[in-house]
Amino acid sequence: MRFIFKTDYRQDLRLFRHGGYVFWYGLLGVALVAAPFMLSEYLISQLHFICIYSIVGFGLMLLVGFTGQISLGHAAFLAVGAYTEALLQGAGMPLWVSLPSAALLSAAAGIIIGIPALRLKGIYLAIATLAFNVIVEEIITRWEGLTGGNGGKHVKAAELFGFTFDSDVSFYFLCLSLTVLSCLMLINLLRSPTGRAFVAIRDSEISASCMGVNLAKYKTMSFALSAALTGVGGALYAHKITFISPEQFTLLASIELVTIVIIGGIGSLHGAVFGAAFIIVLPQLIAVAKDYLPSGAAGISGLQAIVFGVLLVAFIIFEPMGIYGRWLKVRTWFELFPFYRQGMFRRQKSYMKSERLR
Amino acid sequence: MSFFKVEDLGISFGGVRAVDAVSFEVNQREVYTIIGPNGAGKTTIFNLIGLLYPASSGTIRFEGRTLNGLAPHRVSQLGIARTFQNIELFEHATVLQNLLIGRHRHRATSLWQELLFTPAVRRAELAQREAVEKVIDFLELAHYRDGLVAGLPYGVRKVIELGRALATEPKLLLLDEPSSGLNPEETNEMAFWIEDIQKELGITVLMVEHDMNLVSRVSDRVLALNEGRVIAEGTPAEVQSHAAVIEAYLGGND
Amino acid sequence: MLAGVAQGCVYALVALGFVLIYKATETVNFAQGDLMMLGAFFALTGSTTLGLPYWLTIVFALVVMAVFGMLAERLVLRPVLGYPAFTVVMVTIGMGYILRGLVTTIPGWGTDTYTFATPFADAVIRLGGVVLAVQQLAVIAMTTALCLALYLFFRYAKLGVAMQATSQNQLAAYYMGIPVRRVNMLIWGLSAAVATFAGILLAPVTFVHSNMGFIGLKAFPAAVVGGFGSVPGSIVGGLIIGVVESLAGYYLPEGIKDVAAYVVVLIVLMVKPSGIFGDTVRKKV
Repeated sequence: MRFIFKTDYRQDLRLFRHGGYVFWYGLLGVALVAAPFMLSEYLISQLHFICIYSIVGFGLMLLVGFTGQISLGHAAFLAVGAYTEALLQGAGMPLWVSLPSAALLSAAAGIIIGIPALRLKGIYLAIATLAFNVIVEEIITRWEGLTGGNGGKHVKAAELFGFTFDSDVSFYFLCLSLTVLSCLMLINLLRSPTGRAFVAIRDSEISASCMGVNLAKYKTMSFALSAALTGVGGALYAHKITFISPEQFTLLASIELVTIVIIGGIGSLHGAVFGAAFIIVLPQLIAVAKDYLPSGAAGISGLQAIVFGVLLVAFIIFEPMGIYGRWLKVRTWFELFPFYRQGMFRRQKSYMKSERLR
Repeated sequence: MSFFKVEDLGISFGGVRAVDAVSFEVNQREVYTIIGPNGAGKTTIFNLIGLLYPASSGTIRFEGRTLNGLAPHRVSQLGIARTFQNIELFEHATVLQNLLIGRHRHRATSLWQELLFTPAVRRAELAQREAVEKVIDFLELAHYRDGLVAGLPYGVRKVIELGRALATEPKLLLLDEPSSGLNPEETNEMAFWIEDIQKELGITVLMVEHDMNLVSRVSDRVLALNEGRVIAEGTPAEVQSHAAVIEAYLGGND
Repeated sequence: MLAGVAQGCVYALVALGFVLIYKATETVNFAQGDLMMLGAFFALTGSTTLGLPYWLTIVFALVVMAVFGMLAERLVLRPVLGYPAFTVVMVTIGMGYILRGLVTTIPGWGTDTYTFATPFADAVIRLGGVVLAVQQLAVIAMTTALCLALYLFFRYAKLGVAMQATSQNQLAAYYMGIPVRRVNMLIWGLSAAVATFAGILLAPVTFVHSNMGFIGLKAFPAAVVGGFGSVPGSIVGGLIIGVVESLAGYYLPEGIKDVAAYVVVLIVLMVKPSGIFGDTVRKKV
């Protein structure tokens, strides 16, 4: 059991709360760097996806988990990022131009939906983002001259100062560095006034504005940042799968992104990574499990949808804090052994009261 | 130039005149209390001052500046802070973070600096924490500093609510029923704090209160409201013995 | 034009289904379209496998789905009672996935598309030079009948009033002796039945297949336009969306028709989020 006794404000601001964190994260860092040289090509490919979806997860987590907004249309930002990257790359732009442009254009898209969304809450916001997603998808499909419409668009490997990221290992390090960078930037944001303003908006908009938080500015900023991160993820996504088309960015894709955040654990950056890993690993597990099932069951075409739905519902009912929450509970159990108390993380029972009349 | 002046303030909610032609003036460094039975419009006046919704008539002036029509977040920047009757704290943040949000209007760093956590941001953060520490010391919240607000008892939350308002370094502090839900010891402490806020910190206090003992103890002047209208104004003793006030609270001689 | 109104009726019914749930439990049921799909499949089974006549098929499907709706509430929604709204939405989305997956799994249903026989198919009435499809008239007529029945229910039946109470303040409803959980269960049963009704009306147009529930997504714009939480609003909203869509398909370039509903809803959300009949929300501090 470890108690942290703070004597200095600087300790509050530190990235790692105590030496133990430094050790374990350091170990993780070493493992991540060594991974591409030790794992099979297939596993490295999965890691690519996990990094990409982690970045997107960070973006969505910022908006949903930390600012308390809702977005059922994040695939639209993914699409903007992917197509921007594809178009600029196709025009011969190097990575240091195309990637920031993807981020900027996605941020612009975020502002476009963010501004009308300022007054909207809850289900209205969800529907507005949903509508935005559908409209963006349709625009991409119709604007064939630019995007190739339903025929899709091919994307070559990324290129930076003459170096082409066309090998698994090099692309891995590109994704990994961007993931770590975005993670650090978000951590920085969260320990500074802007991050606190976001959390304030999530918990109580009225008192946040009474404390001087300009709701319009910060909500829009949150949308823009979230969209920018998702756009970066989208750009990497485009390079990864080398062929993008509008039907990869539908509402179903948006729902998958939200699942990352919910199953991973709302309100923590770890949650985004856990959620991303979950989304990538699950279909593989199902495919593997099919080999072990009797042939009748294995032939089930809807199996993936059922498992996905069941897991989503099960996590929300039994583990609302997500994978990260479960991880915290397990870790606390070990830390406090044998003094772990059953009800430590229990939610208080609450009754529904109509939002309409409160 | 008056410190804080409300003139002819009025608002209707769907046909009900919640606040009707209310005018009063608060002098600097005084404790001014608004009393009245439930539904008299006291919290509504606070919401109007805080610009949560616009008044349908009247003006609000603070240090010579008209507040009507400004955005709610500007009010805090001008130096007015408020607490809420039903405690609007940030439940899923620590006490320290709640208080630090109170310092929001004093921030000086931009988004890009914060993303990169430049030394300037680091210095600013340390400075904010020192400022908040003074509030923590003043309200004796030190042992709650790192705990989440969600699990704390009601009495402590009221104090944190007060602390958050103080962290903004206001010139005018609006307290909405500071003693509601507190037991006698906590109310006693609250009285001491209000006196300290007035005398040591030099902050003007405008408060809404039901507890008459507290009112008589700390207030310099009192305003009595009933059904949205002013019925009396003066020192606590004057107002409490005013016929109209007694009638509003206890009913007339039938 | 008539087609637009008829389509609008289907949207209206789906929207009505989840406005009912929203009014009762403030939950937005994203699986409403999939309930509709499941209902249509049950109707299909009733009609083909069991060989029931049309009207009996309707009753059969309604009853089965009402039970299913109640089960869904009991098993899936009740554990998440009191959770934040967005979380519950995700639960319903998960439920939608499960429904879609299950339907493709069941032998005899699977991923094929089926036609649904109705007594109105292909019949037309000629009225003063205008050709009207009986199918669409039937849709409109049946929708109107259902709306009337529901109106009377909520106004006069004890259960209807109880449902309104639980939607406004659950704890107070408990104190008043209303069996809140049972009422919620019944609401879900009712809503599933309404969805089934919509599915049966829609089946001749889109045919019965496991993805037909996606039309239910258009019901969201309908509900928002009419005013979320308002029963007449969902009908009006559905009709508006249906008509707008058919006009868009007629006058505007290709592809706009699909997004017309969403453009309308965005405009409504920006201008008057509470819709036509909805109430404005304000938090009291």
